[in-house]
Amino acid sequence: MSIQPTSGCTDTPVLRERGQREVFCGLTGIIWLHRKMQDAFFLVVGSRTCAHLLQSAAGVMIFAEPRFGTAILEEKDLAGMADANAELDREVARLLERRPDIRQLFLVGSCPSEVIKLDLSRAAERLSEIHAPRVRVLNYSGSGIETTFTEGEDACLASMVPALPGTEARELLMVGALPDVVEDQALALLEQIGVGPVRCLPAKRAELDAAIGPNTRYALTQPFLGDTHAALQRRGAQRIAAPFPFGAEGTTLWLKAVAAEFGIGPDKVDAVVAAPRARAEKAIAAAAATLQGKRVFFMPDSQLEIPLARFLTRECGMQAVEISTPFLHAELHRPELELIARGPTISEGQDVDLQLDRVRATRPDLTICGLGLANPLEAEGLATKWAIELVFTPVHFYEQAGDLAALFARPLRRREILRSSHPNRMEAAE
Amino acid sequence: MKLAVWTYEGPPHVGAMRVATGMRDLHMVLHAPQGDTYADLLFTMIERRDHRPPVSYTTFQARDLGADTAGLFMTAARDAHARFAPQALLVAASCTAELIQDDPGGLAETMGLPVPVIPLELPSYQRKENFGADEAFLQLCRALARPMERTERVTCNIIGPTALGFRHRDDLAEITGLLSEMGVEVNVAAPMGATPADIARMGQAHFNVLLYPETAESAARWLEKEHGQPFTRIIPIGANATRAFIEEVRALSGSTLPVDESRLRLPWWAASVDSTYLTGKRVFLFGDGTHVMAAAKVARDEMGFEVCGMGCYNREQARPMRALAKEFGLTALITDDYLDVEAAIEEAAPEMILGTQMERHIGKRLGIPCAVISAPVHVQDFPARYSPQMGFEGANVLFDTWVHPLVMGLEEHLLVMFREDFEFHDAAGPSHHGAKAQPLPTGATAAHAAADEGGSMPPPAAPPSPDSIVWLGCAERELKKIPFFVRGKARRNTEKFAGEKGLREITVDTLYEAKAHYAR
Repeated sequence: MSIQPTSGCTDTPVLRERGQREVFCGLTGIIWLHRKMQDAFFLVVGSRTCAHLLQSAAGVMIFAEPRFGTAILEEKDLAGMADANAELDREVARLLERRPDIRQLFLVGSCPSEVIKLDLSRAAERLSEIHAPRVRVLNYSGSGIETTFTEGEDACLASMVPALPGTEARELLMVGALPDVVEDQALALLEQIGVGPVRCLPAKRAELDAAIGPNTRYALTQPFLGDTHAALQRRGAQRIAAPFPFGAEGTTLWLKAVAAEFGIGPDKVDAVVAAPRARAEKAIAAAAATLQGKRVFFMPDSQLEIPLARFLTRECGMQAVEISTPFLHAELHRPELELIARGPTISEGQDVDLQLDRVRATRPDLTICGLGLANPLEAEGLATKWAIELVFTPVHFYEQAGDLAALFARPLRRREILRSSHPNRMEAAE
Repeated sequence: MKLAVWTYEGPPHVGAMRVATGMRDLHMVLHAPQGDTYADLLFTMIERRDHRPPVSYTTFQARDLGADTAGLFMTAARDAHARFAPQALLVAASCTAELIQDDPGGLAETMGLPVPVIPLELPSYQRKENFGADEAFLQLCRALARPMERTERVTCNIIGPTALGFRHRDDLAEITGLLSEMGVEVNVAAPMGATPADIARMGQAHFNVLLYPETAESAARWLEKEHGQPFTRIIPIGANATRAFIEEVRALSGSTLPVDESRLRLPWWAASVDSTYLTGKRVFLFGDGTHVMAAAKVARDEMGFEVCGMGCYNREQARPMRALAKEFGLTALITDDYLDVEAAIEEAAPEMILGTQMERHIGKRLGIPCAVISAPVHVQDFPARYSPQMGFEGANVLFDTWVHPLVMGLEEHLLVMFREDFEFHDAAGPSHHGAKAQPLPTGATAAHAAADEGGSMPPPAAPPSPDSIVWLGCAERELKKIPFFVRGKARRNTEKFAGEKGLREITVDTLYEAKAHYAR
């Protein structure tokens, strides 16, 4: 597939809305981050609502020793600050005593802790002194007043950057929490191409942490890592600009950009990736048969919307009606927007009722939205794909490209199978 | 500050949402930051609702905090009224908005909206979900229910069922049917299915049927006081309680119509010989106070189980719960810390748990079968089929649901007969459950492996007995030959017996002496 030398959607004016947002807050990232960092514990300092959110967002209760919890603020904590800090120290001491395997502790700020101005960075410093060297204590905010869904991961990774050791070595840093199976595939490809040494942020365990410095080159695997990107730049590291590794095309462009930075030409990349790329294209084609010509509407959720719209329009033959993202990071998304043909509305932020009016007016074939909206839209006869699954499922790089396309195709296939009995069969026939 | 890993109840505004979502033509404006909208998915996903909950969130952000969050609230309230045209508006604050003290109730009052605006005080740092539901329904009644003439025929209101309640949908249908059989019409059922206009005419009913004290007891008491409507105290869960409830309704309504019991199967199913194996099975109950108290009586009196522990997570029910536990010779466990519940279950080593989805997971970890009897709910608790807990059909459902996790009656006898048969052994698990049967390992480790996989109590790393009584190898092997569903009890009884006799080692003889000692 060739890259059209156009500016794509980069000049499309962005529709900015604010109002009710039907999205998760940044605390939700804990659900996947705690599985990725196996020696880390995430302690939310917040309310019963925070605890309830984590439990509900996890969908199923992961009872296998969850490495996250909520220090629930109570009436007496709100009365005096000294008290709240002492209480926090006590709860952390108790927790670390019960979990001697913990090496990294994240104090995660929430809406209530931000509003009462509980200073978790000072608390993290204090607790680091108390529990060093066994445990490193960091802090970030996952609050809904500051972060939207995946921005929680961004805030978490950004908080880790200043604590990483320095180095002069020329290394690649792959940034973004990927499922282990995907990370291993990416590392294997990079090794075959000849790029190395490669480090990952976040690392699986604290002792595997990367070192960074002016010769570090980093490539983001997720589009929502704006603050992490800024923190890495402050350490002198340099970003390799590229589309994100979704789909066969995105993965190839990402690998070529990384390879070029390390002085390796595109021919070498083509040779290495020929087989997995062909597999990916074949797998995508199977799902694309269902998606071809269908119209897709992205509601804002994970900031993956723009790269995924690029994948669906260029590799699966879909037409984008509206591509909406909670936050549009112009610099990071430029390589993606360049690839998307003009036409769709690009929007940032949300006023959910107004946006639902647009969904109903345009009646897309597939709407990508949060779990709170999916069943109500299905009941109106509109097929949906839950956005959260795109974050929880392995979807990056070649071997997952077919799975990614299939995630979008499945709701359409299912609708077709159930056509004769679907409660909306009359509406659907209209 | 209290560390919580899992919670039994959400915050109070989620309780208020359960009331609002259960009703029609009512809207709620919640002063809340982005992210609190997660609560919508509880209703749309867990309960599979085909509409969004009728809730508008003001969605304030950090940058609004110094500026005009009150303005955001008023805009949201005005937009919600214009778009949804509700008959009444509930306004409330979530935990974060409570801290910024915008006073949504006061703000809404100044707006002159042409519908009743009902402000809710939901202290997020003190109270929880059930309180929020109870309070929201009370305030709706206080604001809307008008004094009215009683209906000519004897009618009642059914109060308590909400959105996201444990089997509320089917309980409401079952009890409505039962009342109709008794010639008592339902004036209003609320909150579930009611509009604000329906709440206004609740005063027409002669009495109230309170199904769930967790969500409607305050309203029931207020209606009794203000509108002179008595309410029912008996929760019709189980055959006995349903019969007692019928008597209570007869006393309140004067109904003399006979009630057909031919659909009620639980008593005969429990009395038939296949159920003999249920006798004395030790069960541990945990959940909301109402369901646990009702289930404890059913477990003991209608199923023939032995209740070995009970408790609830909602402190509002602590007093009656403690009293009932005492009647059972037990001490009630009142806690919302699931680690405490897990420890208590491990200690009691029951053969079955009747609990919530949380206990289901505890049971999975400890290898104890569990049936769910109470909220918090899970998508599984909203079956497509009719499956009430209350009334005569509810009793039938209880029998089936509680027996399902166990090995079937005759199967249990066969397991005892064949014990170490290479195919037909307890590690294979109940035959009506899906998991693939594990072949029985051979050799010295066989017994251990069987215990680990078969869902028995995991062999404790350090025996719980204080004097570190030692099981000799032969006794340990003999213990493993005992079917898993009684092995925990056998281990505990033997250790207790050995402790009382001052023995430091347990032999095969000790095991059988203990068995004879505790034989019933």
